[in-house]
Amino acid sequence: MSGEISRDEVAHVASLARLSITDDELTTFTDQLCVVLETAAQLNALDLDDVEPMAQPYPLANVLRVDEIVPSLDRDEVLAQAPAAEDGRFRVPPALGEAP
Amino acid sequence: MSDTTETKQVLPDGWEMVIGLEVHVELATKTKLFCGCANHFGDEPNTNICPTCLGLPGSLPVPNEQAIHFAMVLGRALGCSVEPGIFARKNYFYPDMPKDYQTTQYEEPTNEHGAITLPDGRVIAIERAHIEEDTGKSTHLGGGGRIHDATATLVDYNRAGVPLVEVVSGPEMRTADEARAYVAELRDILLATGVSDARMEEGSMRVDANVSVRPTGSDELRTRCEIKNINSLRSLGRAINYEARRHVDLWTNNDQPTQETRHWDEEGGRTTSGRSKEDAEDYRYFACPDLPPLVPTAETIADIDSSMPALPAARRAALAEAAGVAEADTLLAIERGLDGLACETIAAGGDATAVMKHVDQNLAEGQGKLTSASFAALVSMEADGALSSTQVKTVLAELVANGGDPAAIAASMGFEAMDTGELDGLLDQLIADNPDEWGRFLEGDNKVQGFFVGQIMKATQGKADGKVVNQLMRQRAQD
Ligand SMILES: [Zn+2]
Repeated sequence: MSGEISRDEVAHVASLARLSITDDELTTFTDQLCVVLETAAQLNALDLDDVEPMAQPYPLANVLRVDEIVPSLDRDEVLAQAPAAEDGRFRVPPALGEAP
Repeated sequence: MSDTTETKQVLPDGWEMVIGLEVHVELATKTKLFCGCANHFGDEPNTNICPTCLGLPGSLPVPNEQAIHFAMVLGRALGCSVEPGIFARKNYFYPDMPKDYQTTQYEEPTNEHGAITLPDGRVIAIERAHIEEDTGKSTHLGGGGRIHDATATLVDYNRAGVPLVEVVSGPEMRTADEARAYVAELRDILLATGVSDARMEEGSMRVDANVSVRPTGSDELRTRCEIKNINSLRSLGRAINYEARRHVDLWTNNDQPTQETRHWDEEGGRTTSGRSKEDAEDYRYFACPDLPPLVPTAETIADIDSSMPALPAARRAALAEAAGVAEADTLLAIERGLDGLACETIAAGGDATAVMKHVDQNLAEGQGKLTSASFAALVSMEADGALSSTQVKTVLAELVANGGDPAAIAASMGFEAMDTGELDGLLDQLIADNPDEWGRFLEGDNKVQGFFVGQIMKATQGKADGKVVNQLMRQRAQD
């Protein structure tokens, strides 16, 4: 993978993440991300064929809990903190289109 | 399956369907996948919610061991290899997921490379069966329930975080009936293993169908559409046939389908365009840093395999062998969970044909307190002519409801065997009283046969066996 990322790609990722950024910020973030990606790309130069991919840094697996119900939160208390509620449900602006 | 979709040709000559199914199965756990909130359908909205399933800052998910166990049991039941699994975040913005991502398995699913064998012997590949969390339930206000005209959306997070396994088939089905047989088989596997209650109408089993068409015999894969909102096996068949015809129409008119998600409209009998795939496909998956991998040990898998209950395919084969029938004739018995009873009853000496007849016709409510020993004894009484078929049904219903000894029940109900001598006497009397009718019978008028049987039934209060009366009359006519 190349260490470079274009302004367009950064703008696309920002829009996917619902971040609104200015042109100046776009330039700044593009430069910064290029540095980050170049650093990461140095790993590709190493011979890693014998190294197991690592999903996360902790030496843990199968951390599980028993299937027992614990009390849930009080609904009124939770909904009181939401911007809007109706009929015991969270009320949000109309969703555009289908859920993915 | 009752209403077949294949009695008439669905597509014009030269075209075939390519169908792949994605089935979301809710696991029958007590709690959600990553928190201790109840996994319970139909509760008051937002009563089963906590910081974890609401995605509040500082909360941490911990997988439910029962959910992971169920997922691996299902994997093994589907013949999958159960591999180390890694949870990933599927990032998207939609109010049904308050975290703005769904935790799922992407590159490293727990189950891969299995298959489902259909009752007709066809094998459909399972590409993967991965674990993920369900989303909340949104209700769109205004606009007559139509998403695009809604004025607001209400969200209930009771379902958010409920454990799911998504079973993904290869694009290997060629007809709507085959797709329905696949879903029915998967449902029976889920019920046999107890992994899910598999209720399509309650949404604990949800089927999305990927449909495309191609020239018959070709191996190309053309543009497909994903159909959602299918709530029954019947809808599945209708939706697939509608969509495949729509594709053929487009291709034969120098047009082509657009890759998109479409909604099945049950009332209108058609699919309608939903979200276009292009702008939503960029989910930026990455491994979830909060969740360590799931690494099944060889011992775990051996334990699952050794305690696996008999699965539908094996049960069909066993019953077909025991009863001497085709596997296709065992489906109802399997669906009703009566195959074990049928095999044991036949082994205990019950006539196979009679046992299968009662299983299919008279035991729709299940086995109840009926045992194989009492079932076999009853079938023998029926074969000996000791009970009429109406009486057998009555005794059978009593055995299901309360159990007991069929001979004792028959006696207590006054179903004593009518001996042939007694019937002979009654018949003699009837012939003497109704010489005209008897004359017509002798001349070959079979309609009057019913008159004599009816009169004898009346005189014996239903205790006589109609078949025996018919035999006696025919013997008499030949003498
Ligand atoms: Zn919760």
